[in-house]
Amino acid sequence: MSELMQQEERPAHVPMMHEPSVERRPWYEHSLAQLTLVRFREFAREPEAVFWTFAFPIILALGLGVAFRNKPADVVKIAVVRGTPAGDTLAARLGSAKGLKVESMDDSTAARALRTGEVALVAQPDGSGGVRYRFDDTRPEGRSARFLTDDALQRAAGRRDPVAVNETHVSEKGSRYIDFVVPGLLGMNIMGGGIWGLGFAIVEARRKNLLKRLVSTPMRRSQYLASFLFSRFVFLILEIVVLVGAAAWLFDVPVRGSLLQLFVVSFVSALAFGGLGLLIASRARTMEGVSGLMNLTMMPMWVLSGVFFSSTNFPKAAQPVIQALPLTASINALRATMLQGAGWGAVMPSLGIIVAWLVVTFALALRMFRWR
Amino acid sequence: MRVAGLRKTYGDVTAVDGLDLTVARGECFGLLGPNGAGKTTTIEICEGLTEPDAGEVEVLGRQWRTDERALRERLGIQLQETQLSEKLTVDETVSLFRSFYERGRRVEEVIDVVQLGEKRSARVGKLSGGQKQRLALACAIVGDPELLFLDEPTTGLDPQSRRQLWDLIVELRASGRSIVLTTHYMDEAEKLCDRVAVVDHGHVIALGTPRELIASLGAEHVVEFTAPDAPAGTLTVETLQQLNGVRAAREHDGRWTLEVVGLARAVPALLAELSRRGLTLGELTTHSATLEDVFVSLTGRQLRDV
Repeated sequence: MSELMQQEERPAHVPMMHEPSVERRPWYEHSLAQLTLVRFREFAREPEAVFWTFAFPIILALGLGVAFRNKPADVVKIAVVRGTPAGDTLAARLGSAKGLKVESMDDSTAARALRTGEVALVAQPDGSGGVRYRFDDTRPEGRSARFLTDDALQRAAGRRDPVAVNETHVSEKGSRYIDFVVPGLLGMNIMGGGIWGLGFAIVEARRKNLLKRLVSTPMRRSQYLASFLFSRFVFLILEIVVLVGAAAWLFDVPVRGSLLQLFVVSFVSALAFGGLGLLIASRARTMEGVSGLMNLTMMPMWVLSGVFFSSTNFPKAAQPVIQALPLTASINALRATMLQGAGWGAVMPSLGIIVAWLVVTFALALRMFRWR
Repeated sequence: MRVAGLRKTYGDVTAVDGLDLTVARGECFGLLGPNGAGKTTTIEICEGLTEPDAGEVEVLGRQWRTDERALRERLGIQLQETQLSEKLTVDETVSLFRSFYERGRRVEEVIDVVQLGEKRSARVGKLSGGQKQRLALACAIVGDPELLFLDEPTTGLDPQSRRQLWDLIVELRASGRSIVLTTHYMDEAEKLCDRVAVVDHGHVIALGTPRELIASLGAEHVVEFTAPDAPAGTLTVETLQQLNGVRAAREHDGRWTLEVVGLARAVPALLAELSRRGLTLGELTTHSATLEDVFVSLTGRQLRDV
């Protein structure tokens, strides 16, 4: 009787060609390790992904570093309208001025050069002994050209300064554009890694019915998601080392704060962007759909969050929103850590914002996530 | 496995409409029907991947609601269309699936069973359709399942690959596993299945062993012919049905189909009838009755057309 009941409960099926193995497995045979390995393998076997993650930020930093290198005092190009004796005198007077490069042009050529930004200012005698400047006063080059031209002209006419001034020139590590932009690129990279890394991989798996196939096994769903976070963690260390290392080696970009703090800020940011990526990917079924959502999420942050220029350039009214964006918080904390050597206390407000994003995005994503 | 009163609608389309099934242990059970008959919805409900709107499902004596994890350990599932990651190798893919199960078979052994030994370290993206399908089967059996669900395991494969998969499925059944498979190929159902449920519009319209189902036609053979110069109306279902040995007659697009009990009597009778009316025979083919003929006789439609 008892034998019969046991058979009901768990059937003794006909022996297979072997005995099922239940012995202890080595670590790499555990499902979490296997899932994480899949992430590395898929990444490493996709040359484009490797390029965009590691090489692209360095190339971008190199390009920006060269474009914005500290040149010995910029020379401003201006035009003088020729064809009148007064014009030729004016050109001769300005020609020897420091910081100016003067070209004589006829009226229409000068107007075109000004329009295209080839020259920053056009100077023309006004016919009654004075001089007329034409320039765009919304451009920094226009304003400095106005100042330099006027200064040279007035001095040549005999102006004397009532106050004597002395100048000391500094170029300090940490205040150059390249120093400003490297933490921005690091933040942008962390955002891209989280959002692209999770978003595309998950939607691709859903589209291919692979998610459904995985949940039809005894796989623990939390492990599938954890494998993404583990792999992000490893890539993050590589990304920081490659980008910050290259910047320090090529441009002497400093890391004034602690490396641990830099890493913790990056790690928490990476988790928050991972949550955002998960949320974006939680329901989308097509690559087109998810790409649109990703661009919609990332584009405003690329512009507003201070990757390439300070986010404080935007109007005051928009600041509360801009400062609450995860990328703004992340870049602020990275910049403070790298450039100002700020301690934990100084980055806490930013970290708080990032953690809030992390909690909210994960909570929403896990609730909305569609496995089938 | 037992399923009763299953019902599932998507919007205003009823995919499964009051379906009952019982699958015995150790049996290979086939769901045969045209595309869109509700086979996949039914099997996915049995696999615990789709919630039915109504009805009961009991698998290996357990319920999905309460015992999902325990059940998943004991089932092997092959979905209709799963694209496994193309960048992984065969070995890596099977190892991944093996890692999900507490107990199971050795990875190398399973790869050998599905005859992918030579492709062990090849990328999945480089495999042919048949090899991919066998890899999918390897992933389904690596957990050493008691019950195996195969959804259209050979759809879209060339004849040689299909036969190779059939051999594998026959072996799996011989090793004591229960198998539930869906197919719209009647030859596949006849060759592999102990019992077949013919499904159409979400119901089971016939159930039995392939032999029983064919026998239910009451005819052993099917004769198909055309009479191209026959004016419309000269040949009627009634006249043909009265011929010696003919049980039923149908016409579709100028092509006549007769269900026949005695081929040796029916064919001479047909020829005599045609010559009596002065008609010439266009084509004449005969074959033993198949599940396809069962489906046609039950629904008036061909399996492959729908």
